[in-house]
Amino acid sequence: MNLPDDLDFARREGTRTIRRAAALCAVLLVALLANATRVQIFESGRYGGNPANHREAIDRYARPRGDIVVDGRPVTGSRYTGGMFRYERTYTDGPLYAAVTGFSSQRYGTTLLENAQDPLLAGTDPMLSLFPLWNDFVRRHPPGGQVVTTLNGAAQRAAYRYLAGRTGAVAALEPSTGRILALVSAPSYDPGELSGASASVAEAWTRMNGDAAQPMLNRAIRQTYPPGSTFKVVTAAAALDAGVVWDPDERTMSPNPYLLPGTTTWLRNETYGCANASLRYAFEWSCNTVFAKLGVDVGPRTMAATAEGFGFNDPGLRIPFAVAPSTFDRKLDQAQLALSSIGQFDTRATPLQMAMIAAAVADGGAVQAPYLVEKTTTSAGETVSSAAPHTRYRAMSPATAAVLREMMTDVVRQGTGRTAQIPGAVVGGKTGTAQHGVGNSGRPYAWFISWAQAHDAAEPAVAVAVVVEDAAGERGEISGGGNAAPIARGVMEAVLDSQPGYGPNSHGSASRPRSGTSGRLWPSPK
Amino acid sequence: MADIAETAGTAHTAVDALVTVAPRPPRRRGIECALIVLAVLLSVYGYCAVGLAHDGTVPPGTVRYGAGLGLLALLAHGAVRLRAPYADPLLLPIAVLLNGMGLVLIYRLDLDTPGNRAAPAQLYWSTVGVALFIAVVVLLRHHRVLQRYTYLCVAAALLLLTLPIFFPAVNGARIWLRLSGFSIQPGEFAKVLLAVFFAGYLAANRHALALTGGRAGRLRLPAGRVLGPVVAVWLLSVGVLVLERDLGTSLLFFGLFVVLLYVATGRTGWIAVGLVLAVAGALAVGWLEPHVHGRVTDWLHPFASIEAGRGAGQLAQSLFAFAAGGALGTGLGLGHSVLIGFAVKSDFILATAGEELGLAGLSALFLMYALLVERGYRAGLALRDPFGRLLAIGLASIVALQVFVIAGGVTGLIPLTGMAMPFLAQGGSSVVTNWIIVALLIRISDSARQCHGTAVP
Repeated sequence: MNLPDDLDFARREGTRTIRRAAALCAVLLVALLANATRVQIFESGRYGGNPANHREAIDRYARPRGDIVVDGRPVTGSRYTGGMFRYERTYTDGPLYAAVTGFSSQRYGTTLLENAQDPLLAGTDPMLSLFPLWNDFVRRHPPGGQVVTTLNGAAQRAAYRYLAGRTGAVAALEPSTGRILALVSAPSYDPGELSGASASVAEAWTRMNGDAAQPMLNRAIRQTYPPGSTFKVVTAAAALDAGVVWDPDERTMSPNPYLLPGTTTWLRNETYGCANASLRYAFEWSCNTVFAKLGVDVGPRTMAATAEGFGFNDPGLRIPFAVAPSTFDRKLDQAQLALSSIGQFDTRATPLQMAMIAAAVADGGAVQAPYLVEKTTTSAGETVSSAAPHTRYRAMSPATAAVLREMMTDVVRQGTGRTAQIPGAVVGGKTGTAQHGVGNSGRPYAWFISWAQAHDAAEPAVAVAVVVEDAAGERGEISGGGNAAPIARGVMEAVLDSQPGYGPNSHGSASRPRSGTSGRLWPSPK
Repeated sequence: MADIAETAGTAHTAVDALVTVAPRPPRRRGIECALIVLAVLLSVYGYCAVGLAHDGTVPPGTVRYGAGLGLLALLAHGAVRLRAPYADPLLLPIAVLLNGMGLVLIYRLDLDTPGNRAAPAQLYWSTVGVALFIAVVVLLRHHRVLQRYTYLCVAAALLLLTLPIFFPAVNGARIWLRLSGFSIQPGEFAKVLLAVFFAGYLAANRHALALTGGRAGRLRLPAGRVLGPVVAVWLLSVGVLVLERDLGTSLLFFGLFVVLLYVATGRTGWIAVGLVLAVAGALAVGWLEPHVHGRVTDWLHPFASIEAGRGAGQLAQSLFAFAAGGALGTGLGLGHSVLIGFAVKSDFILATAGEELGLAGLSALFLMYALLVERGYRAGLALRDPFGRLLAIGLASIVALQVFVIAGGVTGLIPLTGMAMPFLAQGGSSVVTNWIIVALLIRISDSARQCHGTAVP
């Protein structure tokens, strides 16, 4: 090459500067790649989880949601919206099942079953796909699965119908398994009104939350009430198991009225014949004085232990959503213990807890873990998981349970719970009227807990608890027998009618004599 | 890119060593043709993937789209084969692939914004772009012809830049000419004209610029006499910024001038002066101009609007889109970058690529741009005439700076400035300009490789 020196120098110099400029471009490229890696790999999770990032929700509502099934039929559905969130939840009978399904809202999230089974219903549960890792890799979701509930539609409808226009709750169980047959809270609400993301949803949300009647409060599992006299089942079980009472027909040494120990307050009864009454009589006619003294005689530790044997003070109960723990105080003086033993002071229970007490009596002293989900399936119906019934608590000995069954049967046959009688079935129950409010000024709660067994059945089919907050009638006359027992009877009848061989047509037939005539004839323990 | 340059350089030297035996270098038009076919097939595949993801069927226009893109590419290839047979065989396939992918991304976003379809117009502008590409390749016999029009170019550029001031501002920036229905961004064309001017001016004055001036320590400072043009360009940039509120273009012009000044003179002092002026200008404007100031605030705190309860801003949505892509992306047609809203098909087009093609696809796109720039620099290195090499470096630097400014902006690396991603983004002026840039690079690389038939660098 014979270039002039100057040009040659300039060219070499130019080559050097061009290479440096190219190196600058390379630095810019590396900066871009490094920053893209930061955003797309290292910050990916944090940005993806940002509440203002709608991608998770878009993905979640891109497919129809799986359904919740009662009696073989879905009680939920999905509707195409055409909006950014493509599908929203619908309910075939929203208010009826609201205490079970909860809601699935694009704006306010999920509650109850919709919440507890959300991964399965939304289709994100890895159990739904045959090759979960592969689906993660290709970002494909299987359709949402189905949740098959334990509910008995007839019992649910009966409870809902009986509670219409009132404030209260019903919980019904199958004592031998813990299957929840009915769970109703009144007043109810329509979860379908909360499904979407529109302004009307926000409006409904504000309206429901501002409603003094609290329609979205699930009274069956999330509200605790003083159980009143229905708690005497627990006190009786404690007294019998602890040996404080050997023979239910023996007279107890209980004065009437009863001076609460360490105070000058006299505890009285609303019925007659309670002085030194036998346990059976006191149970049948709900003598406060007898049970208050029995509680004191049993002692605080044994009373608390027995209550916990029925499920009190258990914050871990899930059905599969959490149940508010029912409480029995462990540290009580004697006066407080006396009141706690008749379901007052700070003893509080959910309706589900009280149904578990009735179920414990019906099932020979064991409390089966209550559950709502029989099984979950894929959208094609293949089983993903099945319920495993198990005993959660030991409430009392089988012998004690047998005595309590007799006494509860007496209550319905001839005591305060006669309105719960069902032709053709043995029914045991216990009424309750719970004082509450400052100085007991509130309108008392009417309670009834019971179980029922068809004459030709091997074991009780249903245990139920009913609470009515706004019980009708004058203060003094309010009683579980008047307000709550007919509701319990309706629910129990619905369950018995749906049992095989116990159709509605057989009511009152000769083959099933009235319970009163055979109340003490027990089927052999299972 | 340095690595690529090294590797390619070695290969090139080896090939040239062989070539010294033969009288003429290989033309490699067959390789170009094969790569173009690959680029068209990739674009058609992307188009089908969008339709399959969205509707479950191959979109009805697939054949038309594929045939249209293929025809344009082959016409361009024919022009190169006839009039620039020694041109770099990578330039045209890269342009075809980027333009094809841009059309795919815009078509994909059209599906989510049915009321506002941009792909047909983009295809139309791409056709205009390719037509101009062919015109440049056919009509411009040698790049040195342009050197004659150095000062005409700067006059035209200034005219184009000042025109939009008399038109109403759109979305805070005065960069559009609205003429009976469609709009033009004259600033895009001004880039090419300014690159020609810078190359011509610096090629003529590089000795004066390089060899005069005093010293300050180890730095040789430029003389005051020749500082005039530099200050003039700086004022031009700031003027563009203040009058048109177009931070990106101003940054691009200034960066381009500093790079070319350095390449022409080899004086680090110019870089220092340039940086000082740039920082001073940026600080002053960032402080005084609320539009620019807001962009800087957004960059520093992209999620501030979320914390204030006003939902995600544009930059936050863009970052969400990139983050959602992860390593492999959601797949074409399966992302939600449309949440970005305004400018999703233009300034933020890269977010769609990032979300649906992932870091893998985004890196591939960056590397395509890097390769385009590298081929431009390589042509510049191989040329003997100062004007040609400065023009090649200038055009390649326009692409490099533009990609960095907008890609860095939408990924949160630097403050966001409105600018088109070359070839990918919706915008007729931008696509046409980029095709002209590629045509000029083809023309320059043809000269570079032809005259090196017997000379090894």
